[in-house]
Amino acid sequence: MSASDSNSTAPAIEGTEISKTFGAVKALDGASFAARMGEVHGLVGENGAGKSTMIKVLSGVLSPDSGTVRVKGHQMELGNPQVAQASGIRTVFQELSLMSWMTVAENLLLRREPKGFARLLKRRDLAPRAEQVFAELGVENIDPLELVANLTLAQQQIVEIARNVIQDPEILFLDEPTSSLAGREVEWLFGLLDRLREEGRCVIFTSHRWREVERLADRITVFRDGKDVGTHAEIDESQVITLMTGRKVDTAYPEPPPLKEAEPTLEVRGLSGPKLSDLSFVLHKGEILGVGGLEGQGQRELFLTLFGADDLSEGEILVGGELTRIHSPGDAIRAEFGIALIPEDRKSDGLLLPMSVRDNLMLPVMGRYSVGGVIRGGTEKDLVEQMIERLQIRLRSADQAVDTLSGGNQQKTLVGRWLLADSRILLFYDVTRGVDVATKQDIYELMLQLISEGRSILFYSSETEEVAALSHRVLIVREGKLSAALEGPNINTEEMVAAALGEDVRA
Amino acid sequence: MSGPEAGRGKRRGRWSHFSAQNVPLLLAFLILAGTVIFYVVLFYASLGRFPGNFELTSTTNSALPLVFATVGQTIVFLCRGIDLSVGGMMDISNSLAAVKMQDGGIGNMVGWSAIILLIGAVGGLLNGLLVAVGRLQPIVVTLATLSIYQGIAIKILPQPGGKIPPGYTAFLTNTSYPSALIFVALLILFWLIFRRTSFGVAIYAIGNDEEAARANGVRTTRTRVGAYVLGGVFAAVAGLFLAATTTGGDATAGDSFTLTSIAAAFLGGTTIFGGRGSALGSIAGAFVLSILISVLFFAGIDPLYQSFYQGLFLILAVVIGTLVGRLVGRKR
Repeated sequence: MSASDSNSTAPAIEGTEISKTFGAVKALDGASFAARMGEVHGLVGENGAGKSTMIKVLSGVLSPDSGTVRVKGHQMELGNPQVAQASGIRTVFQELSLMSWMTVAENLLLRREPKGFARLLKRRDLAPRAEQVFAELGVENIDPLELVANLTLAQQQIVEIARNVIQDPEILFLDEPTSSLAGREVEWLFGLLDRLREEGRCVIFTSHRWREVERLADRITVFRDGKDVGTHAEIDESQVITLMTGRKVDTAYPEPPPLKEAEPTLEVRGLSGPKLSDLSFVLHKGEILGVGGLEGQGQRELFLTLFGADDLSEGEILVGGELTRIHSPGDAIRAEFGIALIPEDRKSDGLLLPMSVRDNLMLPVMGRYSVGGVIRGGTEKDLVEQMIERLQIRLRSADQAVDTLSGGNQQKTLVGRWLLADSRILLFYDVTRGVDVATKQDIYELMLQLISEGRSILFYSSETEEVAALSHRVLIVREGKLSAALEGPNINTEEMVAAALGEDVRA
Repeated sequence: MSGPEAGRGKRRGRWSHFSAQNVPLLLAFLILAGTVIFYVVLFYASLGRFPGNFELTSTTNSALPLVFATVGQTIVFLCRGIDLSVGGMMDISNSLAAVKMQDGGIGNMVGWSAIILLIGAVGGLLNGLLVAVGRLQPIVVTLATLSIYQGIAIKILPQPGGKIPPGYTAFLTNTSYPSALIFVALLILFWLIFRRTSFGVAIYAIGNDEEAARANGVRTTRTRVGAYVLGGVFAAVAGLFLAATTTGGDATAGDSFTLTSIAAAFLGGTTIFGGRGSALGSIAGAFVLSILISVLFFAGIDPLYQSFYQGLFLILAVVIGTLVGRLVGRKR
């Protein structure tokens, strides 16, 4: 079939057999996706299922390793955003692309500014034009002359959506457009998308909230593990959850030993802060407490607040029954609290990559083993060697730079650092992201070893299954609040996803 | 759905927005006003009269090289770069003018002025290509080209000398009346127009967020190269004005302008992080630093300590600027 005669029947946009790997991670594994003109198409799947990667490939931002993209039957050049835009594609990405130090009007009309004499920008017309656009789209209470930096996240999201909609797109992608919007703003967006559908455009969006997908989408495509696992017009929530989670074959999880006594080590009471409101829970000695819920519901902020990297606005944190005052990671690390964070992105949040394993291990405890500011060489050597032995960090020498180690061994180095600091409360934040299967097993074993020593672990992972399998209990966080608490031993993935998606399932 | 009128009532006015968003710019003019007042008072105290035509003329003339150098620096700053080669380019421009314009023919002067501007553009192009296409750090690239341009200048004019024809000086920096203010006015006009071109908007967009700018269809590589080219041209112009005021050539006379142009841009409220600032503030900043020299002179300060007090003043100005910025930020 030639490209030209297929225009009327061909899908608006079609990605076929698309694969994309980032390092060791297969983000897309031969996934296909197609959407028609005049429909709103929902794209759902767990975190890391490949939705965002698919959207980036289809809008030309990412170049896939293999696969083709067709727009109305015509093959599109890959990895070129300008070409995609010329094909009528516009995309509202999760990471907003606004200019913080320019005004709302300047952002809204960037590269489409009102022009006057000699094609010079007519500054005077910017604000009225922006007002006009806002009025047409039904946007209220955003001042076109305000700097974007002074807007709330929700307002910025609205400006970003408006900016793309006024460019008259034939195909509009929206990646998690509602994640920072409140009820009324979500309603506004729904109205807008309904209108775009009536105008015969093609709208593709992702959302972690099932009710939104159900309300908006004409058809739904489910992604799992980098593959598309079905496109449906009629599908209910439990079917979607089954499709989303599936049964993964080759992962075996070690089972945590049952808790003997319930001795609290960390108590959180009424914690509020950035993206968090009134969270309370207890972490016991020797316990793995899972934190679940959809991505970006405040889990990251919870971990950062406990580690002292974010400030809490209200609430109390008790360690061993004592009220703490943690204002910085430096406070959290101190021996009396012994709180340590093992973050997802060990490259930017944890390790000093060009420095040696020895320096990385010793960093937080240098002061404890120094005389007059100089580290005691013998003690240091012993400590470092013990730790390398104990965690079986595979390396040639302790002087080796951390960035020459494999991902798993880097992660072990980071854990080793906190063991040297004698941290008793370990915050594991998505530590297995981008790590191969064998190393994952090592990390699971290490976690069990740590709790058998009487340490406690607060555990978040973007892989729901992991949290379900390894945790004694699981807290589900939703919009910064505790929405459910699941108790083992029979925690399963379906239960967690259901609890994360909506309160109506397990009210 | 509500019309635009519905929201307008509670909105702040255009001026209120402008002042809140341009605190550094307004502050730069405030500092300029303060410096001028201080200068006039000291002048009156030591000479018993107010400064007149001669003082205005000489102040303007001596400020112009820095004014142009700073505007070039500002354009580069705005797209998150830095141009250390400004001084070297001024050296080339200054030496070449003194060597080639000696005979005083009009055609000669116009021709060589044009050639020198072209050389400035080529020098800027080299910086821009290395930074934007070669993806090298601006500070390293322009540190290297600074050295290269200084070397070329020394080759052109090994010893201070050469001569600038009086006609050239009379045109650019007339010593009997402040005609050079016309060039300041032209520069302001240039800026007001430049801010309204797509090129100007693109520079600000890149300084705000290069990735976002690209996603919005801004041709980032081309724009960045263009910013460095403009920076080079302005440095060459600055060198010509320097030659005109000193009426001779010196292959090292431009060197100090690298750092003073950066200082003046900061004083004018432009940040090194890009996307925020204005050449109008930079012009004010350059005038402040130039007038400051006269202030120090009339305050009876040993010229040896001049740089000491200039540094002190810069820190003071930046601290005040930051404090005012925070205060205004808190009030909102």
